[in-house]
Amino acid sequence: MAMVWIPAPWREKLTQGQQQVDVEGATVRQVIEALDARFPGMRQRIIDPEHDRIRHDIAVSVDGEISVEGLRRKVGETSEVHFLPAMAGG
Amino acid sequence: MTDHGETTRKGGEIRNFGTQTYKVVGTRPIRHDGTDKVTGRAVYGGDIRLPGMLYGQILRSPHAHARIQRIDTSRAEALPGVHAVVTAADLPDTTGGRIDLGEGHADTKYMRDNILAGDKVLYRGHAVAGVAAVSLHVAEEALALIDVDYELLEPVIDVETAMKDSAPLLHEGLTTTELNEDTGRKSNIAMHIRHEMGDVQQAFAGAAHVAEAEIRTATVHQGYIEPQNGTASWSEDGQLTIWTSTQGSFTAQKQLATILDIPVSKVRVIPQEIGGGFGGKIPVYVEPVAALLSRKTAHPVKIIMTRADVFESTGPTPGSYVRVKMATDASGKLVASEAHIALEAGAFPGAEIGAAAMCVFSCYDIPHAVVDGYDVVVNKPKSAPYRAPGATQVTWPVEKVMDDLARQLGKDPVAFRLDNAAAEGTRRVDGIVYPRIGGRECLEVARDSDHYQSELSGPYRGRGMAIGYWFNIGLKSAVTASVNADGTVHLVEGSTDIGGTRTSVAMQFAETLGLDAADIYPSVGDTSAIGYTDVTGGSRVTYATGWAAYEAAEDVKRQMIERAAILWESSADQVEYSDGVFKTRDGSKSADFKQLAQKLEDTGGPVVGRATVHPDTGVGGSFAVNIVDVEVDPDTGKVDILRFTVIQDAGKAIHPSYVEGQMQGGSVQGIGWALNEEYAYTEEGRMANSTFLDYRMPTSLDLPMIETIIVEVPNPGHPYGVRGVGEASIAPPPAAVAAAVENATGTQLNVLPLRPDRIINAMEDSIPAAAG
Repeated sequence: MAMVWIPAPWREKLTQGQQQVDVEGATVRQVIEALDARFPGMRQRIIDPEHDRIRHDIAVSVDGEISVEGLRRKVGETSEVHFLPAMAGG
Repeated sequence: MTDHGETTRKGGEIRNFGTQTYKVVGTRPIRHDGTDKVTGRAVYGGDIRLPGMLYGQILRSPHAHARIQRIDTSRAEALPGVHAVVTAADLPDTTGGRIDLGEGHADTKYMRDNILAGDKVLYRGHAVAGVAAVSLHVAEEALALIDVDYELLEPVIDVETAMKDSAPLLHEGLTTTELNEDTGRKSNIAMHIRHEMGDVQQAFAGAAHVAEAEIRTATVHQGYIEPQNGTASWSEDGQLTIWTSTQGSFTAQKQLATILDIPVSKVRVIPQEIGGGFGGKIPVYVEPVAALLSRKTAHPVKIIMTRADVFESTGPTPGSYVRVKMATDASGKLVASEAHIALEAGAFPGAEIGAAAMCVFSCYDIPHAVVDGYDVVVNKPKSAPYRAPGATQVTWPVEKVMDDLARQLGKDPVAFRLDNAAAEGTRRVDGIVYPRIGGRECLEVARDSDHYQSELSGPYRGRGMAIGYWFNIGLKSAVTASVNADGTVHLVEGSTDIGGTRTSVAMQFAETLGLDAADIYPSVGDTSAIGYTDVTGGSRVTYATGWAAYEAAEDVKRQMIERAAILWESSADQVEYSDGVFKTRDGSKSADFKQLAQKLEDTGGPVVGRATVHPDTGVGGSFAVNIVDVEVDPDTGKVDILRFTVIQDAGKAIHPSYVEGQMQGGSVQGIGWALNEEYAYTEEGRMANSTFLDYRMPTSLDLPMIETIIVEVPNPGHPYGVRGVGEASIAPPPAAVAAAVENATGTQLNVLPLRPDRIINAMEDSIPAAAG
């Protein structure tokens, strides 16, 4: 199962304080669906339903690399998935 | 010149931790655009002259915060020689949209309102109206004839005041978001982010040593020499062409299309040579106004900012307020840390608070940590990225605390950092686990360096050191390569060249094909000539566009092998290519690249290689370490840098001279942050030093040669092991310089810049420990 690192602002509201949770899923989308099934509200915080993509201020990282495929990024059995504030450089 | 200076002049030291040796990569060829640059032939935006061209000027707000009650442009429009005047009323309504700028998103209403103010002006220098006239002077005269009635509002020009509940609000509708979730709280705090790992409270409770710091840093500007400029020609068929100085022609194209509400295909951006950017030339400013004026007049219109415009109306880096607390166990291992980071976004949301929150503890292995970051609007120009945006503001407080803890533990500062350095497998506070990184190697090289091992003595002299980090980015790049009949190659890339990247990209192409760098003729294509390419920023070009060049070279290689097979009436699987020579596997036939290039006409015509990349694996972060010696004048508080060494992990240095240039440039800018640079504001929110005479940047006369040591810990995610090198070097200098000044004077300092008056005041408040 993939390990998902829950962003700090969501832990109290959604995961009863859990920092990491393990969920099934072969893609980022499936991981989010599995998360939402256990912790309702996850999907709406991560997915922009109008454009069917990760919301604009959030970046998803799989195994430490920011995904350029967004929801479609493949997730391995032992992958780590992180949802982070989107960032920039100069 | 000292021995150290001689070493640097010849090319600084390179310490290899496992990189390969190549034929082209790692050498120092003359840059392809060098002759044009040094002879003045290179064409910049200011050089553009078009038939019938008009000159634009922009009226800017004299107030930091005011409501616009009325704009009357009739007197200006009536002035002979004036062709048109535009205001925000000429901009389409783009409320509610967002665009992806490659390095993050932007709210289209805020972007529009920054181009020409809508109902409010939010900083002195905020654009209010644009004029196009037959000459610059007529346009200037017309500005004085535009009547604007303002209702003055109380300005808020520092982050701590802006965060108070009682502070005047810049945007009545702005509420705080937390990771995209709207809290509904009306505030100048646009965004709050939090990273948390482990049990911080418990870890602090059990700690043996604790240290804290509270730091304020000033608003500073990138200080690029070339001001923003833009020339627009909007033709009768609706095609808009823009000549501009930009860090990303496609990003500029996207911004223009969004602000003007026209299809992206209707905008062609032709990037000119660029006289510096450092992040500040990612946003557009004058280009949309020139475009509106061109559409209204049916003439090309050119606008060039003055230096005061650049200071007051483009994007500096955020001023900041940062608190950091860290703790160790009795053995000196870090156990806990916490940070509160508040950055001034300027007039509109969007300080790089995410990067600051990620970078703050990134150099160390800390099991329990929490970071709160705040993006706060104030009545200053909208901030823009500036070289490792957010990292420099947070590096000093952490490094100051690390020095304090080292003192408490009786440990050498470098040794203490090595005891706690992040390494492969370390989990950062944002949860990410590091791949192979070079921070530890940089510290080891610093510890063993001639500089760190040397003695420093004398009154009011002190040494400091610090380490900083920048994560670097990947993003999208495109390259095409046309093989010429003489065996040379014309290489077109989409990355505008700020720091010599034509050459660093061409070198990777040459290496892949076994050619000489001089055989490659690189150029930067406009938005109609090359595939989409993201900004030159985030230290990404040598990494990502270099990777595209590698892939394009592989494409050329495949095609050339097929041509050799045709020529020799063989099959492609019977031809191999090595070290610049094609040959059949049986060795019976061979031709070098140039010989085969002469036969292309007979084997099917031109060969054009191409590649696009969007790497999502292997983006390698970079660490930089500084060692600095200073001498402080006890009578004036002036600080002289006696010696400065920067050590940085480049992964693999494609062109070591350019890597050294980036390391030196970032260091000098960081020294500017440390000692001199700040926006000085009046109580009314007016910048009082918007000239290079009064905004003091360090020059070559102020500093010794910046010594460099390149550390090469290869990035396993890149074909040549490249990490970006453009940014990390600006993060540690303020921390290292401040530590040196504190050691020289026996003081504790907590505000940047370290102005002479601040140092003198601190010395008067403390016992002069070093005065003997």
